[in-house]
Amino acid sequence: MIKEINKLFVTLFFCSTILFSSTVNAGELVVVTSFPKDLSGAFKVAFEKKNPDITVNVIGKKTTAGIKYIQETSSNNTSDLFWASAPDAFEVLKEDGLLAKYSSAVKGIPDKVGSYPVNDPDGFYTGFAAAGYGMMWNNRYLDANNLPKPATWADMTKAIYHNHTGMSAPSRSGTTHLTVETLLQGEGFEKGWASWKFIGGNFKTITARSFGVPDGVNSGDFGVGVVIDFFGLSSIGSGFPTGFIYPKITTLVPANIGVINNAPNADNAKKFIDFLLTPEGQEILLDPKIRRLPVNPKTYSKAPADFPNPFKDESIGKAVKFDVVLSKSRYNLINAMFDVMITYRLDDLKSAVSAIHKAESKNLSSEGKKLVKEARALVAALPITENQANDPAFANIFKKKRKKAKDIEKYAGTRQAEVEAEWDSFVVDNYKKATELANKAASQ
Amino acid sequence: MNLRNTLSLKVAFFLIATFLIFFLVIPVVSVFYTAFIDTYTGKFTIVNFLDFFKNKLFIESFFNSFYVAIMSVLLASTFALPLSYFTTRFQFRGSIIIQSLGFIPLIMPPFVGAVALKLLFGTNGTVNLFLNKFMSFKIPFMEGLNGVIFAEAIHYFPFILINLVASLNNIDKSMEESAQNLGSSGLNLFRKIVLPLSMPGYVAGASLVFLKVFDDLGTPLLLDINNMLAPQAYLRISAIGIDDPMGYVMAVILILTSLAAMWIAKLALAGKDYSMLQKGGGGLAKRKLNFTEKIMAYGVIIFILLIVLAPHIGLALLSFGTIWSFSYFPDAYTLNHYKEIFETSNFIKNTFLYCSIAAFIDVFLGVLISYIVIRTSIKWREFLDYTAMAALAIPGLALGIGYLRTFYQFNLPFSNKPLASWWFIIVIALTIRRLPYALRACNAALTQISVYLEESAEVLSATRYTILKKIVVPLMLAGILAGFITSFATATVELSATIMLVSNDIDAPLSYAIYSYMQTAAGRGPGAALGVIAVVIVGIGTYFSQRIIEKKQNEKLINLN
Repeated sequence: MIKEINKLFVTLFFCSTILFSSTVNAGELVVVTSFPKDLSGAFKVAFEKKNPDITVNVIGKKTTAGIKYIQETSSNNTSDLFWASAPDAFEVLKEDGLLAKYSSAVKGIPDKVGSYPVNDPDGFYTGFAAAGYGMMWNNRYLDANNLPKPATWADMTKAIYHNHTGMSAPSRSGTTHLTVETLLQGEGFEKGWASWKFIGGNFKTITARSFGVPDGVNSGDFGVGVVIDFFGLSSIGSGFPTGFIYPKITTLVPANIGVINNAPNADNAKKFIDFLLTPEGQEILLDPKIRRLPVNPKTYSKAPADFPNPFKDESIGKAVKFDVVLSKSRYNLINAMFDVMITYRLDDLKSAVSAIHKAESKNLSSEGKKLVKEARALVAALPITENQANDPAFANIFKKKRKKAKDIEKYAGTRQAEVEAEWDSFVVDNYKKATELANKAASQ
Repeated sequence: MNLRNTLSLKVAFFLIATFLIFFLVIPVVSVFYTAFIDTYTGKFTIVNFLDFFKNKLFIESFFNSFYVAIMSVLLASTFALPLSYFTTRFQFRGSIIIQSLGFIPLIMPPFVGAVALKLLFGTNGTVNLFLNKFMSFKIPFMEGLNGVIFAEAIHYFPFILINLVASLNNIDKSMEESAQNLGSSGLNLFRKIVLPLSMPGYVAGASLVFLKVFDDLGTPLLLDINNMLAPQAYLRISAIGIDDPMGYVMAVILILTSLAAMWIAKLALAGKDYSMLQKGGGGLAKRKLNFTEKIMAYGVIIFILLIVLAPHIGLALLSFGTIWSFSYFPDAYTLNHYKEIFETSNFIKNTFLYCSIAAFIDVFLGVLISYIVIRTSIKWREFLDYTAMAALAIPGLALGIGYLRTFYQFNLPFSNKPLASWWFIIVIALTIRRLPYALRACNAALTQISVYLEESAEVLSATRYTILKKIVVPLMLAGILAGFITSFATATVELSATIMLVSNDIDAPLSYAIYSYMQTAAGRGPGAALGVIAVVIVGIGTYFSQRIIEKKQNEKLINLN
């Protein structure tokens, strides 16, 4: 018995060492990415087939976690590429000096998609696919609940969708952050936040991860989700009974890849970027599980009939000219605002919005209408002004590193947690008051 | 017993102590330390804790974690109580089903089954679609915190069942007879005499369940619940970075609450040993069931059985199903998901690698620690035992955070890679977290070996090493094997520490792969398939572990004759 057990242990150990050594390879490429396995895996397999001496090591991290990771490992960098959707994430890294310049020589990629430049004009990151934001829905759910398909952001604020919609939070999802920022830039700071609050008031849930939204729609947990286009398109491609639409206020923004400064395998990294831009690489984007918009216009000839084509269809993405510098400067601040005002107080917000819907469904007297208007204003109220939001010194409270002395001076001692606690009391009071006013209006 | 404390044993003590200090004590201390440091000045402060308690969201998360843990205990007790009542009060063959109920839920970790439970019991899941169609109402089984409570209760109710049954069986018959003499009977007797006497066992089981639910990260994360302490800590660290003090504050609170729960369990069990059931000594009188009672009993048992098996059924359906959306069952079935995961098999390979190394180190340490504690008189030897067991109270999340904090600065020798992103750090985390199980198994095995056997060998001039190798270890073998298998099987499905420490796809084990698969539209099928494989591994492991222990117990009984 002992001999057998000894043999077992020894064999296990041998097998483990063999397995371990077989994963150590000559050429390596380390990619930090927020993309799901369906996408990174498909490119990894195709790239490794073309370059058999290189092993692609995928490190999956959500956009914000990926940025943190690269910042924290910068003194001892082991990553070659950062590969994510949100261009403002790349702007954050670019400003920190963590990206290396590289412009691919591959031809056939135009300068713009929609109204947005495909590549970073300074050459620090390259666009390889485009994506827009919109709404996806579950056909069976809508049928079962007698709901129409949504078409605009304004539709999402309507009373019929109460408790039937969902979204992730900008702090947890680079793409959701872009969606929030796009609406803020498209409608204006104050009007944009008001829209978000009333859209949020209809949410059944704010998912912990961006994938929670298409997941919820796919499984029929809720009916409509605010998503990046490829979540909707890939769900349809995978066979789920779902649909997707781009609203008018959307922007087409490229998904990017950039070489990290002091990359251990810089040459392999450049090869990978080149591969993404070749016709062969671009075609991978059409895979039903991936479904992202290629940046090479010729690739669309191989796409299925209903596949959106931003180079032919002018309506997609022209309405908003996305200011990526503004987005970058208030990145963490917007995350904090959304979380404190909407995510963390979703129940309070929902009861306020639902009370307002209820009041509006009745025939109101002029006083009642006044009360409802007040209630709406209370819900939409913001604890800070647009100027404060765009003030870099204020936005720095929400950053971990303080680079300049004057950053510390102006808001000295203000900790992020403290400011957020102030905002929290502000919105809780407002939502409560709004609910009361709306109920009062309804009872008249 | 006081045998000579040879140099080799003292060296072993020192090395093991260093290992435990380096990989358990220091990371935990670093978590505490960071929680008490001001981010800007680097000085000691309690301002982080004040910030925590001023923030309504954090307080809410704290209370939610408490609420979920307590409710899980209550719901689990609701499942366990009737079952324990039937098993201990009545003679009937359904007891076998009950005993297997004590085993089936434990082989599926709650996070694996969570997604499947949502499909079966969610707002538009199988059960609610059915209820809504025929009776026009829905039950919010999986809404918000309810989903976490439901998943955790289903998984952990066996802890309470087993403890309750064991303590009921240890009650002295004379207690019951005295009460009957004074005119009490049936439910009254059960409620006023039997149940209070079994309280210590119940409290021990309940505090263990409370502790594990309070610390669990995977289940709330997969159910998209983030207003609980563990997921909040994880989200903050991953979104804001390892310098965010709030993550550490939450880790400290998690650790302190776990320690408190474990202490309560220890108090409840003080002086009692539940690992061996007395045969024929204690226990209550059992009576036979009449026909209606039998129907009721079976009815309750089957009902509970269906609920408890729901995650397994759901997971299996999901792993074979094509599309499951707003319908009773998947639209169609396929084997493609299994094909896919076997083609990308590095997860299964990694899991076997990590878990077998971890389990091997665990039993190695387990044998040495139990030998040193029980057989030698080296000073402070109990430190090894207490420290190793304390690993149970450290939530995986806190350990992961501690490792990131402590080991990020160190590089591996001969390379630029930080220690914290080397795959072996996952193995070490698994080793530390599963050491208590192996240690308890080795302890139990060693206490049953008579010291005289060793003394005889010593008289015949065998060295300490020879004694260990040729006498002690062979006699302990069944316990060692059981410990190895338990460590291995439970390490397979560890997620909380793993998710903090996995830095890339190639090094990722099974549990992490399940989590990351569940993040894509087309990935739920393969993720479920991986989940099924994980459950099978744990199930087979637990089964063999039980068989070995039973075989050993039977051998002992035979020997005594």
